[in-house]
Amino acid sequence: MDLNFTEHQIAFREEVRKWLADNVPAQVLQTFDTAEGFKQHREWEATLNKGRWGMVTWPEALGGRGCDLIEWLIFEEEYYKARAPLRVNQNGIFLLGPTLMEYGTEEQKARILPKMANGEEVWAQGWSEPNAGSDMAAIRSTAKLEGDKYIINGQKTWSTRAVWADWCFGMFRTDPESQRHRGLTFILVPLNSPGITVRPIPQLDGLPGFAEIFFDNVEVAVENRLGDEGAGWSVAMATAGFERGLMLRSPARFQETARRLVELYTKNRESADNDPAVKDAVLRAYLDAESYCLTTYQTACRLNKGGKIGAESSTNKIFWSELDQNMHATAMSILGARAELLHHAPAAQGVGTWLDGWLFSQSGPIYAGTNEVQRNIIAERMLGMPR
Amino acid sequence: MDFTFTEDQLLFQESVRDFLVNEVTPERIRASWETDSGRDPALWRQLAELGLTGITVPEECGGLGMSALDFVLLAQECGNVALPEPLVHTVLVAVPMLQDIGGDLAAHWLPKIAAGDARVVVGLAQNLVVEDAHIADLLILQHGDTLVAATADQVELQLNESIDPSRKLFTFALKSGATPLATGAEAAPLVSSALNHGALGCAAQALGLAQRMIDLSVQYTSERQQFGKPIGSFQAVKHHMANIAVRLEYAKAPTHRAAYAISLQQDIAAHAVSHAKLAACEAANLAAKNSHQVHGAMGYTWEVDLHIYMKKAWALANTYGDAGFHKARIADHIFATGAALGAGATFA
Repeated sequence: MDLNFTEHQIAFREEVRKWLADNVPAQVLQTFDTAEGFKQHREWEATLNKGRWGMVTWPEALGGRGCDLIEWLIFEEEYYKARAPLRVNQNGIFLLGPTLMEYGTEEQKARILPKMANGEEVWAQGWSEPNAGSDMAAIRSTAKLEGDKYIINGQKTWSTRAVWADWCFGMFRTDPESQRHRGLTFILVPLNSPGITVRPIPQLDGLPGFAEIFFDNVEVAVENRLGDEGAGWSVAMATAGFERGLMLRSPARFQETARRLVELYTKNRESADNDPAVKDAVLRAYLDAESYCLTTYQTACRLNKGGKIGAESSTNKIFWSELDQNMHATAMSILGARAELLHHAPAAQGVGTWLDGWLFSQSGPIYAGTNEVQRNIIAERMLGMPR
Repeated sequence: MDFTFTEDQLLFQESVRDFLVNEVTPERIRASWETDSGRDPALWRQLAELGLTGITVPEECGGLGMSALDFVLLAQECGNVALPEPLVHTVLVAVPMLQDIGGDLAAHWLPKIAAGDARVVVGLAQNLVVEDAHIADLLILQHGDTLVAATADQVELQLNESIDPSRKLFTFALKSGATPLATGAEAAPLVSSALNHGALGCAAQALGLAQRMIDLSVQYTSERQQFGKPIGSFQAVKHHMANIAVRLEYAKAPTHRAAYAISLQQDIAAHAVSHAKLAACEAANLAAKNSHQVHGAMGYTWEVDLHIYMKKAWALANTYGDAGFHKARIADHIFATGAALGAGATFA
């Protein structure tokens, strides 16, 4: 065990820090749940890509830096410290990208990855359907192979960023006789295809952060199938595996929230201490964010040495999503009567972005597999309890 | 940056686990409750023969010359079997204390500890009572602002029974002849170091205890049938267990980090130990609570083994600093002006 960064890692951190200091926009971008904000974030992806900072874990040949997980953690730490913009193409870069590298053909990789990398093509997910949420194997949307194209019919929902995205990836039932997780195929669909209707769904903040996608005899060329026909479930599990694993939410994000929470508490200590639970909650937030960081580093080091990620990775999502909720709930308590005010309200002094964060933290225990599903996975696959 | 244990450390853990699981069975623990001392000299002899009593004793004194970091995984295994013998105390508290004191006292007692021929215990005011004082050949005791060394005949002991029948706790009065070792500002760092080492031992054992309670509960709920199926197939039961697993999973790295920081005597050691103890004891307390719940009325009986581990977890949570003590140390750190917090600060 050696908990010191190497000279190479220290130099890498310096390089990241310097580039971000020179390039992070001084003006905070608008949220990417607006048309203008989406455009701004797309441009930011292009800027990142130009500096080769967009996908540090991708291989160098694909425009990345071939970073290992420790370097990725360092990059993320500097990224959140610099308050750089959120990643509008997260679904593409961190979910579809690695899946494509594993299952895609050379032609697919060459055609799709560069445009993903520079923000030219932003990706939405197409997993959930009205009757297939936690029970993803209940998918009903169909894709029927006719000649060299699939004809897609059905409906996807809760598709994050689909309102302005260019493509979506998801699973469709290619074998109409099949049941459950058999007979599903992983297909990439251009969202400007004729027959597609995207209906925005306003979220708690009123902005269309996700959408329903309707497919009415949509034709998709067969070269947009990822993996074999009928193998969609295992391709999707690889994608979900990345998502549930390390790379969806890096510790830096929560450590920065914890730091801001400590700051908020110390600034408002006199009133905050009227509720004795608040100080304890701030303390716990700090400790849990640290625990998340330490544990992620330990896992990353194990994986770097050739270890495998196992069912224990399902603890990850529960831990950070509940931490995020708790931190924002505590901030709301400290803000008191100001907590409900939108940041431009005249009386909203010092409310910062806590309210936005509070809203978003409500979605954490739901997206990427509800925490109840995660708990079932932990109990059955990690602890070996009966089904 | 390498936050992993070496192959050797992991193999050592495995062999000690095998030994402890075979030897320190619930039956043997229950048998020890029926004896006067509650301790098992034959088991201590075995531990010494494996080199475990001298693991942190320097090689020139007959030990293995290893560190707290080498021992932390073994301490987890001691927790996993709820080992009644004071191995964790010996390795993590008594030996480092003797090394800190040095001189003739260390030269005399360290080889005996490594050989399994003598037992030394440390009594801190923070703990109110002294563990295993009745079997100690030498006691190093915090007495007012002085640290004294006393042999068995220089103290008068009074037993304080614990809810955990495995724990043998004593208050003491000094008779004449005890040797003052350090006082005031000289004693303080010795006491504080012993407290941190002891708290690390509690944290590591708590991890093992939590795992053991999970294992017992998974086994019980897989066998116990109600409504025609194992109760472990019900989500309400599963989620109790998953909740323990989450807290336990995220208490391990902080504990390993604390062991590392203590071994290298880093400035952050006290802070890291407080974090570890809070996280690990919280996981163990949750393990006790939820395991008891899924055991139903069986968990409330003397007969079922769960309480062996549950009671030890309860006790360790308030030994070597209770939650309030450790939270106050964390608060001092994070609420100080200019504290280094946030992304990138953890290993800075």
